[in-house]
Amino acid sequence: MDTAFSNDDLKFQSEIRDFIKANYPQELRDSINSKRKLGKELSREDLTAWHKILGKHNGWSAPSWPKQYGGAEFTPTQKYIFEQECAKAECQYIMPFGINMVGPVIYTFGNEEQKAQHLPGILSGEVFWCQGYSEPGSGSDLASLKTSAVKEGDHYIVNGQKTWTTMAQYADWIFCLVRTNPDAEKPQQGISFLLIDMKTPGVTVRPIKLMDGSHEVNETWFDNVKVPVENLIGQENMGWTYAKFLLAHERSGIAGVARSKKAIERIKQIASSEMSYGEPLIQDPAFKAKIAAAELELSALEYTELRTLAKDSAGKGPGPESSLLKIKGTDIQQAVTELAMEAVGYYANPHLGTTLSNEYVGPDYATNLSGTYFNFRKASIYGGSNEIQRNIIAKMVLGL
Amino acid sequence: MNFDYTEEQTLLDNMVTSFVRDNYDWDTRCNIVKSEEGWKEENWKQFAELGLLGVPFDEAYGGLGGKSADLMIVMEQFGKGLVVEPYLPTVILAGGLISKLGSEEQKNSIIPEIISGNIRCAFAYAEPQSRFDLNDVKTSAVLNGDDYVLNGFKSVVFGAGMASHLIISARTEGEQRSESGITLFIVDTKSEGLTLQNYPTIDEYRASEVIIENLKVSKDNVLGKVNMAYDAIEEIVDISTIAACSEAVGILQVLKDSTTEYCKNRKQFGQSIAKNQVIQHRLVDMMIEYEQAKSILYMAVTADLSNSDERRKAVSAAKARIGKAIKFVGESAIQLHGGMGVVDEYMVSHYFKRATMIGVLFGNIDYHMKRYMTLTQSGISSSDESISVSVT
Repeated sequence: MDTAFSNDDLKFQSEIRDFIKANYPQELRDSINSKRKLGKELSREDLTAWHKILGKHNGWSAPSWPKQYGGAEFTPTQKYIFEQECAKAECQYIMPFGINMVGPVIYTFGNEEQKAQHLPGILSGEVFWCQGYSEPGSGSDLASLKTSAVKEGDHYIVNGQKTWTTMAQYADWIFCLVRTNPDAEKPQQGISFLLIDMKTPGVTVRPIKLMDGSHEVNETWFDNVKVPVENLIGQENMGWTYAKFLLAHERSGIAGVARSKKAIERIKQIASSEMSYGEPLIQDPAFKAKIAAAELELSALEYTELRTLAKDSAGKGPGPESSLLKIKGTDIQQAVTELAMEAVGYYANPHLGTTLSNEYVGPDYATNLSGTYFNFRKASIYGGSNEIQRNIIAKMVLGL
Repeated sequence: MNFDYTEEQTLLDNMVTSFVRDNYDWDTRCNIVKSEEGWKEENWKQFAELGLLGVPFDEAYGGLGGKSADLMIVMEQFGKGLVVEPYLPTVILAGGLISKLGSEEQKNSIIPEIISGNIRCAFAYAEPQSRFDLNDVKTSAVLNGDDYVLNGFKSVVFGAGMASHLIISARTEGEQRSESGITLFIVDTKSEGLTLQNYPTIDEYRASEVIIENLKVSKDNVLGKVNMAYDAIEEIVDISTIAACSEAVGILQVLKDSTTEYCKNRKQFGQSIAKNQVIQHRLVDMMIEYEQAKSILYMAVTADLSNSDERRKAVSAAKARIGKAIKFVGESAIQLHGGMGVVDEYMVSHYFKRATMIGVLFGNIDYHMKRYMTLTQSGISSSDESISVSVT
């Protein structure tokens, strides 16, 4: 057993640290922080600026991509270190839809033209992608999806509705699961994987406001959208295979340990300023106990992640155990957002940054903490709800 | 970065695993715990032959020079077999104190005897009023000529009835709860002035109440420096706590696996009860708790235990978190076994009872949560400059 990083890894770590220090723009940090505090929507530039900087540096925007496609091809340990350092420095996270999701599908199952057309834009961050999986009637039961693609000559005609399309308001492209064979024996067998240009006539994006007032997700409608057959990935009706590959492919960092650690540090600082019973809240036994409980859980999760990482480094690959990381990681994220909100007492109430009020009230650190708490209820629902993750473990790990 | 065992550790793991498989089937264990002695000397001899009794001791005294990870391996497998022989009290707890504090002479005379299996020791530290506080010592030791005279009472001393020697903590100076003024004495269990009241524990181990009345102990049998034993006691109890956590993780694995099997096989309403999602999710949560327990054990085992603050924090974090896992996995195992869970005849209740008592051993969840919080209460451990909090 050896949990120490090798000298090479330590060198790598300081290289990453130095790079972030020298290259992460202060204006970006300020811009994002001030918007976050007021619960304001981040711009496309906010979301992609760091991605673009990393894209110009040895493929660091794509830590796990092979070098031949311009990626960094980090080892699992390097990936872990990279994510840790980015989280510690509170860098804006890279949108996963291009880099972690469609990119690997394209370089694994796409043809040469598709690779040449799409990979460079994903890598550089110039092209913004979104994901067209869920539909109003197909959430956890994704394979029941109905959006249809009917081949007419050299085009598919796509009709239907996708939902929960995160950041579709900025997206240039969407990757979609569509039904190409409604008569297949099993619903999984009639699904194809299509890349669709969001500017194609017939594509409409409508915002869905979340309970904190934020606009992250959308409905995306397809009304007789003509998609060239060249945009089909792999074979027709094989889309489910690619979709599963995509889900299993990139799970590293899913636990969000480093970011949750950061959040707990922040809560401790807030609780040192907040007073309760005439003493700093951090001294309150009940509050202190909740922080300690979160820290213990996080410490255990950190080692669960390291164990998964060690398995991954040994070439054994992360298995369905990564569902465990998702369940526990989101549990903790939610616990932490709740503690933060709780820490500020009455100042959980003001809802700033709406059209009704644009002025700060209360302590600077208190703004939008309740918004974040309400927003993060999503975490145990998205990416396969935590109940679905339990089903996966039950089936794949416990053999039930 | 890896969590693999070294070649030696793999051998050790295989050895203990085969010992448990070959010598500790359920019926054999039941006979051992029902016997008058409550352990089997034959097994102890085999531990000696296998070299298990020397795992943590320095090579200079014939030991293997093992570390926490090696003890983890032994204890995890012992947990899987619910091995009742007093390995933890003798080798890890008392043995640890002797290694830490003993004079050359004491180490040379006692450690080889432990390793060869000739003697067993136990550590008498808890008192009726002390609960888990190692510093709360009322038992007194007063110097009279060349002897100390000890008076007091020690509670729930594990393995004392099987031991030839007891290590006793007594107050030579200071207030009842003062950390300084505690001294350790090593005495023969047959000494005049020492009365042992032996009894079985709910989890079928053995413990004793130790009544100390005018027990004379020669100055030569002081272990370590007079008045200065506290730090060593705390350290060795911490190391022993990691060992107890390892045993618990072994037990939790059995509870999780056997409950999963049971639910697959148990049929109701014409199908395996494991087909019910409510059962499946409970089993998954048991697995998650087990994995989290194992992970935090690894955290403690790989922590820098030579740094005392690091060690305290890691040990209390592990003990508190594993305590929670014990409760959830243990209670769920009983619940999912239904009626079979609550009977004495079936294995699962025995594993549950042992795990629960490990939950109490060396301090329960609340005790270690509080210790952890005390150690981290300064709160802001980070010096990271990227966080700034200002009040407008």
